[in-house]
Amino acid sequence: MKIIVLVKHVPDAQFDRHLTGEGYTTDRDESILSELDEYALEAALQLAEARGGAKAGNQVIALSMGPSGAVNAIKKALQIGATEGVHLTDDALAGSDAAATSLALAAAIRHLGSDAPVDLVLTGMASTDGETSLVPAQLAERLDLPQVTFASSLEVDGGRLTARRDADTSSETVEAPLPAVVSVTDQINEPRYPNFKGIIAAKRKSITTLSLADIGVDPAQVGHAGSWTSVLSAEERPPRTAGTIITDEGDAGIKLVDFLAAQKLL
Amino acid sequence: MAKVLVYIDNPGTSLKKSSLELLTLGRALGETAVALNGKLHDDVAAAFAEYGVGTVLLPSAEDLDDFLVAPKAAYLAAAAGQAGADIVLLDNSPEGKEIAARAGIRLNAGVITDVVAVDADGTAHKSVLAGSYNTACKAGTAVSVLTVKANNVVPEPAAAPAALETVTVEVPAVSAAARITAREQKVASGRPDLTDARIVVAGGRGLDGDFGPVEELADALGAAVGASRAATDAGWISHDAQVGQTGKTVSPQLYISAGISGAIQQKAGMQTAKVIVAVNKDAESPVFEIADFGIVGDLFDVLPQATAEIKKRKG
Ligand SMILES: Cc1cc2nc3c(=O)[nH]c(=O)nc-3n(C[C@H](O)[C@H](O)[C@H](O)COP(=O)(O)OP(=O)(O)OC[C@H]3O[C@@H](n4cnc5c(N)ncnc54)[C@H](O)[C@@H]3O)c2cc1C
Ligand SMILES: Nc1ncnc2c1ncn2[C@@H]1O[C@H](COP(=O)(O)O)[C@@H](O)[C@H]1O
Repeated sequence: MKIIVLVKHVPDAQFDRHLTGEGYTTDRDESILSELDEYALEAALQLAEARGGAKAGNQVIALSMGPSGAVNAIKKALQIGATEGVHLTDDALAGSDAAATSLALAAAIRHLGSDAPVDLVLTGMASTDGETSLVPAQLAERLDLPQVTFASSLEVDGGRLTARRDADTSSETVEAPLPAVVSVTDQINEPRYPNFKGIIAAKRKSITTLSLADIGVDPAQVGHAGSWTSVLSAEERPPRTAGTIITDEGDAGIKLVDFLAAQKLL
Repeated sequence: MAKVLVYIDNPGTSLKKSSLELLTLGRALGETAVALNGKLHDDVAAAFAEYGVGTVLLPSAEDLDDFLVAPKAAYLAAAAGQAGADIVLLDNSPEGKEIAARAGIRLNAGVITDVVAVDADGTAHKSVLAGSYNTACKAGTAVSVLTVKANNVVPEPAAAPAALETVTVEVPAVSAAARITAREQKVASGRPDLTDARIVVAGGRGLDGDFGPVEELADALGAAVGASRAATDAGWISHDAQVGQTGKTVSPQLYISAGISGAIQQKAGMQTAKVIVAVNKDAESPVFEIADFGIVGDLFDVLPQATAEIKKRKG
């Protein structure tokens, strides 16, 4: 199989995250491979391994769009087990919204499918910075491929896939022919960590760099200029601070109710 | 005046509160029409008229629910074209966002999710980075597509009801769509819906398999029940109850956290609650950094005592 996994390089949520500069984009110091994309990578690796792995010609291509630092997300994906990396980077991409991102990623995916067709595009359920979940659906629309989003299980048999989706009021089984765009939730698997062998092996794997010219995208269609939405203003909310902390001395339940009553929450 | 199209999916026999909120918001922005998927029940038609909706658009096809999102988005985009909409409003559910995502591409329209308020000029307000920033965003395109979070508008009928007309929209053919081959309905808990409950009582690994104390406190308060991922992963409660980055985002008036350490992914889903109360036996738990009222203690003592006291006071 030829699988493309979309991995995003995002600010680490363990640190304070900031919006900076013109267009209020996220500050990318202290960035990591979005942890929700590790589930997509794991799903891809499992599908490839079940078919004999890289030796049998299965490809797991980690594709990331972002500034120079995004190569670190790709390197991490290679250490975990992706077979090759592709970094889509261009100054004109800075400040792209979901529509512009999906336009560029769709063009990159078409480009990567020009020699041999792609069977599956796997993504995380949401990026941990933007959190919009727009990109997978927009990619499916742009590539005219079946969309299978929020998969909590995924099986591929021949040219078809079966997935499960858990919504609030129901659970669904969905089926689609390949190729398809599939986003996966954190319920689908337990992502592996890179091991020593993987870290050494990653050094020999190739990372291809693509520019907008390589994938035939007009710079005016992406970035701040080409985005259909823009952030006009951003205001940091004062962080929450700790209030009253008490230690239970046998009556904390009563004190809790007193607090609720004082706050008019009963 | 702006033309606003509100998308409503399968209302059944009555409109949800969040749909009434969208209709109220739409009316504040301009002249509203509805793109409906599913049957138009008489009571729903009456509610539309009451909320000032002039036109209800209906799809030419009846099988939109058999596919994952794609045909619904194609229908909505066609409906927006037919209605000449400037603004399209949807609810902020996962499906609402996905329909918005794809309709946005079809309409060359900017999509903004997680909206809490919209100004008269179409500027949308939303918070980002797990509630740490409030932002104002705008689509620079002719049409804007906004998904609006529940509980940010007070539903209000129009001063004068509208005369309702229905129009059919030809659904464009969609070549590539995943088919939904089975659907299992889940049993309803009878408690308020987690995403729009006024009060949420949530439990974590500290419950050690027994959600009883959390459920009893929730019922005494008329609250919804939430959980950490540790609790849902352990199978103590359904995944629907998970609050956090990969679960639900809630902003209730009151969030009571019991036996939850307060990991960053849990905080991402609850730190915009108005008041946070935490019960945890470890004084070092990060949840205490954001709690308005924290109790260092055993939840199996504190929660039942609070439940009994609430029942006593409520009589
Ligand atoms: C990609 C990803 C996504 C995630 N998404 C989410 C998400 O959406 N939501 C989420 O919640 N988590 C999420 N997590 C998991 C998160 O990182 C934490 O592991 C999880 O929130 C921990 O749950 P917990 O607080 O219940 O358990 P723990 O961290 O084990 O904490 C249990 C707490 O209970 C206390 N306790 C124990 N017994 C008692 C008692 N008798 N009385 C009082 N207190 C007691 C302990 O002191 C402790 O603080 C995610 C993780 C990853 C990697
Ligand atoms: N710049 C990017 N590079 C690679 N993948 C991305 C990028 N942006 C989004 N994605 C993918 O799309 C998913 C959903 O992102 P989002 O729509 O931003 O919430 C992520 O989990 C990634 O798999």
